[in-house]
Amino acid sequence: MNALGELADGFATALTPQNLLFALIGVLLGTAVGVLPGIGPAMTVALLLPVTYVLEPTSAFIMFAGIYYGGMYGGSTTSILLNTPGESSSIMTALEGNKMAKAGRGSAALATAALGSFVAGTIATLLLALLAPTVVDLAIGITAADYFAICVLAFVAVATVLGASPLRGLASLGIGLYLGLVGTDVLTGQERFTVGVPQLSDGIDVVVVAVGLFAVGECLYVASRLRRGPVQVMGTSGPWFTKEDLSRSWRPWLRGTAFGFPLGAMPAGGAEIPTFLSYATERKLTKHPEQFGKGAIEGVAGPEAANNAAAAGVLVPLLTLGIPTSATAAIILAAFQGYGIQTGPTLLTTESSLVWTLIASLLIGNFMLLVINLPLVGIWVKLLRIPRPYLYAGILMFASLGSYAVNADPLDLVLLLVIGLLGFFMRRYGWPVAPAVIGLILGPIAETNLRRALAISGGDLSVLVDSWVSRIVLLLAVIALVGPIVLRLVRGPRATPEEVQEAGTLQRPVPAGRDRGDDERQEDR
Amino acid sequence: MSPGTVVVGYVPGPRGQAALLHGIEECRRRGARLVVVNTSRGDALVDERFLQGAELRSLEDELVVSGVEAELRRPMRGRDVAEELADVVEETSAELLVIGLRRRSAVGKLLMGSAAQRILLDVPCPILAVKAPPR
Repeated sequence: MNALGELADGFATALTPQNLLFALIGVLLGTAVGVLPGIGPAMTVALLLPVTYVLEPTSAFIMFAGIYYGGMYGGSTTSILLNTPGESSSIMTALEGNKMAKAGRGSAALATAALGSFVAGTIATLLLALLAPTVVDLAIGITAADYFAICVLAFVAVATVLGASPLRGLASLGIGLYLGLVGTDVLTGQERFTVGVPQLSDGIDVVVVAVGLFAVGECLYVASRLRRGPVQVMGTSGPWFTKEDLSRSWRPWLRGTAFGFPLGAMPAGGAEIPTFLSYATERKLTKHPEQFGKGAIEGVAGPEAANNAAAAGVLVPLLTLGIPTSATAAIILAAFQGYGIQTGPTLLTTESSLVWTLIASLLIGNFMLLVINLPLVGIWVKLLRIPRPYLYAGILMFASLGSYAVNADPLDLVLLLVIGLLGFFMRRYGWPVAPAVIGLILGPIAETNLRRALAISGGDLSVLVDSWVSRIVLLLAVIALVGPIVLRLVRGPRATPEEVQEAGTLQRPVPAGRDRGDDERQEDR
Repeated sequence: MSPGTVVVGYVPGPRGQAALLHGIEECRRRGARLVVVNTSRGDALVDERFLQGAELRSLEDELVVSGVEAELRRPMRGRDVAEELADVVEETSAELLVIGLRRRSAVGKLLMGSAAQRILLDVPCPILAVKAPPR
């Protein structure tokens, strides 16, 4: 029970007033950005990366972790009350949650979402604490070649498994890998892709790329859309969470956790697949099949638990292997790098107090989220009344400020705009942004390991498939690459959560104000 | 001469209700047509002053029940209330505009500006400003 002892020490650090304050700031910010569609935890953490220059690591990571968990809670509020999922992981919540709100059961839906998130988040974080040392023990012996194989698996899985099109995912990954290459080669000192600009010899800063892709890209995209009308907010009236609701909710919570944690921990990461699976399972297992599609509480409880459990699951590869499997995790990894902290299997031993404080603060943050979400829903919904021009002007300002603060170099602002335009076109043509960010941050790590492995073997490529770990992992990567294409040939295009959602008479999953409005009014007539 | 027009600027809540009631009354007195305007800039995700769903239906019902010839307009073109109302007044050559007022603090007006003031200054026709009945 060494892990629990370490966790207790972590609590001691996390419970200092200063760290509690940062946890509170984190969960408040996280909930706020989770509520607002189009702005997610990844963008927020990217915008806040410059604070790592002044804050000490513990405080910064406590805040980032709060944002990460908070985003999951906030998304459910918008899904349930507005039928516009704030995050892709809460698409499934909107299916049943909004129906419940329309039937006057809004507060019960919000309660099961918040309680389910709390239960799942707590269980999954404890699992993370118990599992992390074991994974580290397994991982400590892996070679550079094995590590490279794991990176390849993460690349391929993130690019092909998520999103509608493997090709777009891979293309986006390529952009990220390319941007990661810019700069001076660490081993040979050669300059790569710097086009003779001296400032580029240090590489393009992660802050500039992440903020450009997420924040500036999103702002340009929102600005380019036609103005759409406001959407209808459901009241949170109706009976409070009853005993019957609880008895119908607790099994979906646990099942959702069981889906979310392991799938979140896998390299394909993310919360979309587990929420999707959880919804499908609850639909099959429910004793009230007639209520599905009309507001079944199980359909809210399961996916909400799953997305929070997945959020904790994503931290397993991040903290034990240094492999990010979601965009937010990638940016948190960049923050580790910014502090000069060596990520990877050694993180838990070299920075053990930091990691355990982080895990303890996740549990604390989870509790805070329950407290601030249940009674304060009304306040969060008020955030949605902020006119978009003000909101995005503010984001742009923070984006420019943060990018300029990195090196105090005007060239970074030009790069920010160029990358922002790139982000805009990626959104415009449906390229997922997450693979690019993961490629950018994980790419250099993968490269270092590849070259280290080749240096040891004297350039012999067979070293890459020398151990069983690499063979199995690379095989999985091939399956992840070919699998979706084969499945598509055999069964036709796969059903994405979006399509299921459309079949479930839900509007588009894209943030509201973009594609909504007209259909809503027709429905009202 | 064709009957005149009375325009009502409607927002959900007691002051909008008061404006609507006075507007209907004025229509009856003048034998005029009623145009109810409910607008939003449409630049926020949620605007509670823009009628939707049940509120919209109950307003429509109320207009039918009132017995006056009524029309509901819901312009949303990213312009503020004063501009939209001035447009409607001009287009219908309205003889009267009815708006509902609410109490605002001095600081609130300083920060956010006063829509009522803009309307009073911008709209060319006479304006009847009513308040919500005291509770």
